[in-house]
Order: sequence, then structure tokens, then C-alpha cells
Amino acid sequence: MKRLIDCEKGEKVKVVKLNANYDLKQRLISFGVMKDAQIQVLEHAPRKKTIEVKVGKMRIALRAEEAELIEVK
Amino acid sequence: MNENVKKCPIIANHIKVALVGQPNVGKSMLINSVSNAHLHVGNFSGVTVDKTEVLFDYKHYHFTVVDLPGTYAFTDYTIEERVTRDYLCAEDYDIIINVVDSTNLEKNLQLTAELFTMSKKMVIALNMSDEAEKEGIEINAEYMSELLNIPCVKVSAAQKTGIEELINTVVEVHEKPKPEPKLVFSEPVEEEIENIVSYLQKHKFQATNSYRNIAINLLKENKRTYAKLHDDPIWTELQPILIEASKHIELHHDTDDIKEAFAEEYASFNRGIVAEVVKVKKPLREEKTLTEKIDSVLIHPLYGIPIFLFLMWGLFQLTFVLGAVPMDWIDAFFGWFGDAVGATITNDDMRSLVVDGLIAGVGAVILFTPNIIILFIGIALLESTGYMSRVAFLLDGFFHKFGLHGQSFIPLVTGFGCSIPAYMSARILKNDRDRLLTLFIISFMSCGARLPVYVLFAGAFFSESIAGNVLFAIYITGAMLGLIAAKVLKLTAFKGADEPFVMEMPKYRLPSVKLIWHTVLSKTLMYLKKAGTFIAGATVLIWFLSNYPHNTELEKNYEVKIEQAHSQEEKNKLANELASKNLEQSYLGRIGAFSEPLFRPLGLDWKMAVALEAGLAAKEVVVSTLGVLYALGDDVSETTYSLKDAISKNISFASAVAFIVIIMVYLPCFAASVVFTREAGGIKYFFYLLAFTSITAYVLAFLAYHITLLLGY
Repeated sequence: MKRLIDCEKGEKVKVVKLNANYDLKQRLISFGVMKDAQIQVLEHAPRKKTIEVKVGKMRIALRAEEAELIEVK
Repeated sequence: MNENVKKCPIIANHIKVALVGQPNVGKSMLINSVSNAHLHVGNFSGVTVDKTEVLFDYKHYHFTVVDLPGTYAFTDYTIEERVTRDYLCAEDYDIIINVVDSTNLEKNLQLTAELFTMSKKMVIALNMSDEAEKEGIEINAEYMSELLNIPCVKVSAAQKTGIEELINTVVEVHEKPKPEPKLVFSEPVEEEIENIVSYLQKHKFQATNSYRNIAINLLKENKRTYAKLHDDPIWTELQPILIEASKHIELHHDTDDIKEAFAEEYASFNRGIVAEVVKVKKPLREEKTLTEKIDSVLIHPLYGIPIFLFLMWGLFQLTFVLGAVPMDWIDAFFGWFGDAVGATITNDDMRSLVVDGLIAGVGAVILFTPNIIILFIGIALLESTGYMSRVAFLLDGFFHKFGLHGQSFIPLVTGFGCSIPAYMSARILKNDRDRLLTLFIISFMSCGARLPVYVLFAGAFFSESIAGNVLFAIYITGAMLGLIAAKVLKLTAFKGADEPFVMEMPKYRLPSVKLIWHTVLSKTLMYLKKAGTFIAGATVLIWFLSNYPHNTELEKNYEVKIEQAHSQEEKNKLANELASKNLEQSYLGRIGAFSEPLFRPLGLDWKMAVALEAGLAAKEVVVSTLGVLYALGDDVSETTYSLKDAISKNISFASAVAFIVIIMVYLPCFAASVVFTREAGGIKYFFYLLAFTSITAYVLAFLAYHITLLLGY
């Protein structure tokens, strides 16, 4: 199982499943992070504490803890 | 547009428009270009989110446009989202203008699709059409209007194009009956909607909303719709139908979450619309966009933080160096004004009240205005350019360790200057718990007003060569205590799972001067109006407590003594003694004497207790109170030699350490407390803060006092 946090900088992946709790899931969905969405990893903050990804045309920042809950392929 | 602005009377020709859109779609810019008219900025009741209302006349209509806070979806993650949702569901308005970003239509339509079920008339404003054109994105607005059965108008708030057409369309829509928007779901969902609709029809259910919308809201598990139907007799039969329907839809989407299923439904509907109406002329080049180029420098893992620190340093230099210039003028003006007014009042008590109480107090509030204006211009710049999100991205790793959010950095650093703008700038934190936690620890960052106290004590107990280092150590210790306090609060009062950190990194944009002007103006006016009235009241109170009751006998005695004194020096000494005695028997002095037992375990006498209590009003008062109490006259500053001497003679080192610890930790000042209460959203938070800072200060001072004693000082 591959998680969003495991992706390298520049890698393009597809969301398989959100393993988040209800609130976080709603939050992610409202940003367009949902099943089958295309995600590209743009940038890692120092020590990979936060990552910047691109969903559609939008860039969003996620904490490592949140990125661990997003299953991708 | 008609420049002839009138207050809107409640008449038939009144259109109330709710402006809704996702964050960063240029809503505020649009509202500014819709009219140069009346900008009316207020607060939504109970929360700190600004509500902007614009009133203007056009054709035969009075318009009221309410600018609702940007929201990604109808959830209640942030205050903004809650305010917007509550307004749309419960308030009275005629039309929704849904502002969307033409360069990112698919994502923006996600909110639009949710708005369709509001059963209100609607117009879609395709904003930033100029930017879209530049990027080679062509939107067929007519075809889109037809597909959605909702009028869509291309506008550009920045270029002021299409605004007139937008208003005309609003008038047109208002005059016609409400069209039913077309929102098509996948087959299984449509099937279930049809099922529920026919059930409602069969039972001739009475409702204002259409059956289709009711059915969609029921399937989406909309709480309000549920609450409405729950008490209806048909509920018993409806419930099993709904359970079956949910199961069916969830199965189709392979999820156990109906909201996720609907989000996917909306997404695929939006993809369909976008595919139909949007044509991208230039093929999307793989070349980096401007934003990506800037980002590769500004959020670089190595240079990102130093660049940010440099920018912050620049902002604070500007705030406190540039701000100091008008501050001197304001200070001088109020000094002159006080004297001028004082000269016209013959009654001593009245003069003291007006000059020392009212004018000095209000002057102190206005004194901070230049700082606040500069700081807010800076923050508005950082925010409107899109850089603020990058800051949060860079710093979240470090601050998260202490239970704070990356964006907490801005208010915390601002706190070193003055707590008032710091509390106000905590608004950049969108999440309640993050914001509250930050608000609670801002006072640990020693503000500028505490500097004189530190300078006085450092000078009294340390040689000049190391006093500077001591000062620095005090500031750093304060900040570290703040971070530890944050961690403690996070583990106790703000316990619970960490709030997720999912945040948009908006495109970099050039800031709009007009928008920044409006933001800064409205924030500054709010500060002056609200804080000003409270602070004026508080200063009068403190003035009263420290001046009353008068002991006429004592005063007469001293008057005689002073008259009989031979030298000027002796006269001054007697006048100081009188001031000290007066303070001792004033209400404030009595409170000090009364509370002395409480302070004794910390090694503090009643004089220090009174100084600390007066410091609740403002930290500037601490030094002058100490001056009065040690009978040196109230016209002393931290550099006065004699006060330093008096302190090093009369106060033990351990007591001084305890005193400084309290100054570092307890409430910054009355004005800041008022602002804190407003920003936190309730008086109860003030009492929490009072209890938290007082107890922490007491315990730490107690420890500091006894440890210093143990070390043999």
C-alpha cells in the first residue's frame, strides 16, 4: 500500500482511498482530494513535516500526518 | 452605477444579494468594484468574522450586497464556513451571486453544486475572466447558463468589466420566477431521488423547497431537512426508504460515507460541465508557471525560512521604527491637549479626571494606532499576495511540536511589540482551537510596555555590562515559557486529536491597493471605536481607584508642612511623601494592603503588590507606581538613578526575581484584555485567561523566589 507521504517530489499519483476520519475526509473532499483524483507532489518542507501537492489546478499544503492517511497508486 | 447613495428603506424595490464563493476568488475585489458606494463593515453576531455590506441604488432598486466569508464547501471546519452556511440557511435574502474563479472552474463548481439545493434564485459570476483569457481558457457562458439553467455572467473585478451586465442579470432574475437549476446525478442516485419525490408527491407533503431538493438534502443527510421532517407523521414510512436509498448509493460508490459519495457525484457532474463549456486554446505547457517559479525560491527547504525571517524583521523594523515617528507626535499632541484643556478647568477633581483619566487614557489608545496601521498593511500584503500560506507551510513543522499551527508565528512575534495587534492578527488562524490556543499564549511574549520594568530591575541588580544580556534572557525565557505553556494547554485544556492541516496555497497575486486600503481602514476604525470606548472607561476607573477617597486632613497637614519648608528639595520630598500616603490610603492602596498576605509567600510587600495590580491596567504604570510608592515622585522613568538605588536597597534579589517573573507572565494590560475577549469570542475566555496567567505567574514566581533563596542570593 502506497501513501501520499511516500511519494517523491514531482511524482504524479491517483487517489485510491481516504483513510481519514469524518472531519478530515470532508475537509480533503472540499479541496478536491477524493477517490480517483490526480495528485502531484510539488514540494517537501524541511524534514518532510509538510508537503505541497497539486490537485487539479489547486495547490494545497498537507501535514505529514494527513498525507499518511491518503492511499495512492 | 448610480453614485447617489441612500440608506435603504425597507420597500418593495429592495434586492438583498448574498455574495458567496470559495476563498481567493476575488469576492472582496468584486464587491469593491460593484460600487464605490457605502462600505458598511460589521461583525457577524458572536464571532469575529467581518461582514461587509454594500448599499447602492441601481435602476429602480435598492441593493444590499452582503459579502459572505469564503468557503470551500458546506462544512463547519472554520468560523467562515459556519457563518456562511448559517447565513445562507437561516437569513432572509433574495438572490445568491456565486462568484467563481474562471481559471479554476471545476473546483469552484463544487460549491456551486451545493448551492443549487438552497432553493434560492442564483446568478453565477465567472470572475477573473481576463486572467482566464490570458491563460487561454475560453468559457462559453451562454452554453453554461443553458446547461445549468442558471444565468452565468463573465466578469473581471480587476478590470471592472461585466459588472453592469452582472447587476442587470440580477435584476432580471429577481423579476422572473425562480428557475429550477439542472443538476444531474448518476443513475442510481437519480433513481433514489425519483423514489423519494414520488413518495412526497403521494402524501402531498407541504414544503417551500422543491421535492427534488428535499430528496437530495435527505440523501445528503442534511441536518436541517432531517429536523424538519423528523416530526412529520410520514417520517415513519420515509425512514426505511432513506436507509435503503443510502445503502444503494454507497454500494454504487464503494464507500460507507454518503457525503463522500455525493462529493464524487458533484465532481463528475462538474467534470461534465467543464468538458462541455471550457475550451483551453493553448495546450497546457509543462513549463513552470510563475507561481511555481516563485515558490521554488520562497518555500525552498533551505532558503525559505531565512527569507521569511528577513521579511518579518523588515516588517517589525517598519512597525516600530516608522511607527515611532507619528507616535511622538500623538504623544506630544495629547500632552499639549491635556494641558490646554486642564487650564480651562478650575475644579481640581474635574481637571484630574479629564486630564489624567480621560485624555491620558484615550491618548494611550490612539498612541498605538500607527503601529497597528503599519502592521495591518504588512499583514494584508502578506495575505493578499498569497505568501501567508507559504509561511504556515514552512513553520508548521516546528510549531506543531508545541501544539501550535504554522501561522501562529505571526501573532506570537507581533506580541513582542504589543499584545493588542497580536490578538487581532490571530484572526489569520482559521481554526477555532488553533486560534484560541495562540491567543492564550500571546501574553508570554513580552510586549514593549514591559521593557521599562525589565530595564529598571536589570539595572538595579546587575552591572551595566551584563544588564543587556539579562534583558535578552528575560525575553527568551518568556518565549520559551510560552511554548511550554502551549504544550501544556494542548495536553490539558485543548486536548484532543490534532486539527488537520490542509490548506490551499493560492496563486501569487499582485495586491490591490484599494482592497488593502479598505481592509486596513475598517480594522483600524474597529480598533479605535471598540477598544477606545472600553479603554477610556477603564482608565477612568483606575484613576478613580488611585485618587479616592481623599483624606482632607492629611492633605491639609502636608500643605502646611510644605509651605513651612525651607528648601525646594524639602518641598519636593514632602510632596512625594504626600503622594505616597495618598496612594496608600486610596482604594487601590487598600486593595494592595488587603492582598499583601497573598503576595507574601512570593517575597513581595504591599508596594510591589500595588505596582503589580496597577500594572493590570497597563505595564507603563508599574514603573511610575513604584516611583510614587518609594516616595520619589511620580515623574520617574526607568533611567532615574534614585529609583534604581531605592529598589536595590529596599527589595531583595529573590523578591525582584519573583516580581519580574510575574511581570513576564500575567495579563498584559486592560486594553489587551478587552481585545482578547473580543477576539476569543466571549467573556468566559477572559476569565480562563485571567485564571491561567495568574496561576501560572504565581506558581512560577513562588518557585523562582524560593529557588533564588536556596541558591543563597
